[in-house]
Amino acid sequence: MSQTVIRVEDVAKRFRVYHERNQSLKIALMRGRRAKFDEFWALQDINLEIPQGKTFGLVGHNGSGKSTLLKCLARILVPDRGRITVDGKISALLELGAGFHPELSGRDNVYLNGSILGLTKKDIDLRFDDIVGFAGLEEFIDSPVKNYSSGMYVRLGFSVAINVDPDILMVDEVLAVGDEEFQRRCMAKFKEFKDQGRTIVVVSHALGTMRDMCDEVAWLDHGRLAGVGAPSDVVDHYVETSYSGDEGVTNQDGNLRVGSGEIRVSRVELLLGGASVTQAHTGDAVTLRIHYAAETAVPDAVFGIGIHTVTGQHVTGPNTKDGGLTVDVRPGGGYVDLAVPRLMLLPGTYELSTGVVDSTMIHTFDHQRSAMRFDVLVGDPGERLGVMSLGGQWKVGVRA
Amino acid sequence: MPLGLIADTREVVASRELLVNLVRRELRSKYKGTALGWAWSLINPLATTAIFTVVFSTVMRVEPPIGVDGLHNYSLFLLCGLLTWNFMAGAVQGGMGALVGNGNLIKKTYFPRRLLVIATVVAAFVSYAIEMAVLSAIFLVVGVNVLPWLPLVLVVMVLLAFFALGFALMLSVVNVYFRDMAHFVALFMQIWFYATPIIYPITLIEGIENGDSWAGGYPVTEIYSLNPMVGFVESIRDMFYAGHLPHWQPLVLCVVVTVVLLFLGNRVFGRLETRLAEEL
Repeated sequence: MSQTVIRVEDVAKRFRVYHERNQSLKIALMRGRRAKFDEFWALQDINLEIPQGKTFGLVGHNGSGKSTLLKCLARILVPDRGRITVDGKISALLELGAGFHPELSGRDNVYLNGSILGLTKKDIDLRFDDIVGFAGLEEFIDSPVKNYSSGMYVRLGFSVAINVDPDILMVDEVLAVGDEEFQRRCMAKFKEFKDQGRTIVVVSHALGTMRDMCDEVAWLDHGRLAGVGAPSDVVDHYVETSYSGDEGVTNQDGNLRVGSGEIRVSRVELLLGGASVTQAHTGDAVTLRIHYAAETAVPDAVFGIGIHTVTGQHVTGPNTKDGGLTVDVRPGGGYVDLAVPRLMLLPGTYELSTGVVDSTMIHTFDHQRSAMRFDVLVGDPGERLGVMSLGGQWKVGVRA
Repeated sequence: MPLGLIADTREVVASRELLVNLVRRELRSKYKGTALGWAWSLINPLATTAIFTVVFSTVMRVEPPIGVDGLHNYSLFLLCGLLTWNFMAGAVQGGMGALVGNGNLIKKTYFPRRLLVIATVVAAFVSYAIEMAVLSAIFLVVGVNVLPWLPLVLVVMVLLAFFALGFALMLSVVNVYFRDMAHFVALFMQIWFYATPIIYPITLIEGIENGDSWAGGYPVTEIYSLNPMVGFVESIRDMFYAGHLPHWQPLVLCVVVTVVLLFLGNRVFGRLETRLAEEL
C-alpha cells in the first residue's frame, strides 16, 4: 500500500568553504585559480525511502545537513554523488514568498509565484479565491506587496505554496511563522494534506511538533544518517545523545534534563490547601507551582507543564502563553502558579514534566521530563475509567 | 551533443507559463514607480539620438550615406544601428545579471534556471520590437515605405536575440563565479560599440586601409568584418535606410556565430548551473 515516492540512494553532497572569498578575476589570474577553499561533506552515504502518504521528519543539530538534504530533495541543490528519485509533484516551503517582487501587486505575485511552483494560469485562476481567502488578504490583494506587513507576506507565500496541490510537500522550519490563528490553520491544512494521502517532508527544531506530526523521523548527525524510525524512538534517542554530552543533566532518578540554562526550573510542587503533597483526589482544588532560578533577565518567558500517564500518554500541556500570562523573568528566582479549581484527572499515577522556553516557543531554557510523580485517588466525581473526567452531570429524560 | 540543447529547449518549453510570467515581471517592474512609465523606453533612445546627431552630424560633420529615394538623414541612419545595438547590449548585460539578481529565488525554489536569463532577453526583445515599430512609423511619416521589409527585418531581429541569448547564458553563470565579469563586459561593450558601424557609415572603414594613418596597409576591412554585429546592424540598415536586400556574406557569419554561441553558451550554463544555489 505504501509505495516509495522518494528514494535516496548513496547521496553525498560536498560544499566548498572559501578562506578568502574574492570573486575577482585579477586575483584569480595571479593565483592561477579561483580561490582557496576546503571541501567538506555536508551529506554522506544517505539512503532513505520515503513512503507515500507519510509525514517524514528530519531532525538534527544546526549544520547536521538536514536542510541540505531537503534542498537536494527539492532539486535546489544537486548532489555530488548518488541518486534521488522523486515520484510526483513537489512544492517546497523553504522560504515563504521567496519569489515575490516587491513592486508588483499581491495578485501578480500570486500568479508569478504559482508559476514558479509549476501551476498554469488556468490552475491559478481556479484556485485564486482559495489562495487569497486562506491568506485572509482579500482587501489588499491589489496593492504592491512591498506595503504588506511581514506577516501578510508570509501568509500569502504559504497560501500559494499550499494550494499548489503538490503530491509531496517539503517544509523547512516555516511552522514558526505567522500568528497563532494562522499557525493553527496551517496545521489543519497539513492534516488535510495527510488525510488526502499526500507525503510531507518536514525539517524542524520543534521536537514536540515533530513527535506529534510525523510518522517516521530520520536523524542526521554531521551529514550522516544516525537513525530512522518511529518518531518517539528517534526523537528521544536524538535528544538523549545530543544533550547528554554538554548541558544535559540527569537528575537522581535518571530523568533527562535539557536546555540552555538561563532559566532553570528548580522544583515543581503540587499544593493542596497550601501544603506540598504527592497525592490528591479527583475534584480537589490544587495549585501546581513551578519554582525557578534565573541568571539573567528574560522578558516574556513561557512556562509550561506536561502531564503524562506512566505509559507515556500525553494528557494535557498547559503553558503561560496559551493561558494569556506574560512572565518577565528577573535575575534571581521566583515561581509561577497554575491554579486548578477542580482537578479533573481520574485515579492513577501521573508524571509531571516541566519546561521554560522563550516567547517563540523554539528556544528551550530548561526542560525536565518526569520532574515529579503524583497519584490521584478517587474523589468527586467518582469516575474511574480513562484519564480524565468531563465533569458532566447525568440526567434522565422523559419522552413527552 | 546537440541532444543536450534539444532536451534543454524542451524543458524551457514545458515551463513557458513561468517564462511568460517572468517576462511580465521584468517588463512591469522596469518602469514601476516612475511617472512617465513606459515612455522612458522611447525617451531614452530618442534623447541619445538627439545628442549623437548634434555631436556627430552637426559638430563633427559625419555624412550619412544616401539612402532610398535620396534619403539623407543622420538621425534615421543612426537609429537603425542604435536601437539594434542597444537591444543586444541590454540583453547581454541584463541577462548576465539575471542569476545574481535573483539569487534568493534560486536558493529557495526549483525551476529551470535558464528561464531567468531567457526572460531578461525576451523582455529586452519586447522593448526592442516596440522601438522598431516606432522607427518604422517614423520612416513611413518621412515617406519611406519600409513595410515590405518588416518580415525579413524581424527574422534578423530574432536571430540577434538568439545571439544575445547565447552570450547571456554563458556570461550569466560565469558572472556568479567571477563577479568582475560584469565590469569587464561593460568595458568590452564600449569598445565593441565603436567597432560597429553605428554612429558612422561602414564606408569610412573601407577608406582606412588605403589612407595614410598608422593603420594604413593593414587588412582593416577584413578584421572589421569579423565582428558579427556588423552583419546585424548593416542588414537592418540596408533594408530600412538603404531600401535594398542585405548582403548575404555577413548574414551567414551571423548565423554561424549565433549557432556556435548558443550551443556553447548552453553548454557552459549546463556545466556551471549545478552549483548555483551554493555559490550565490
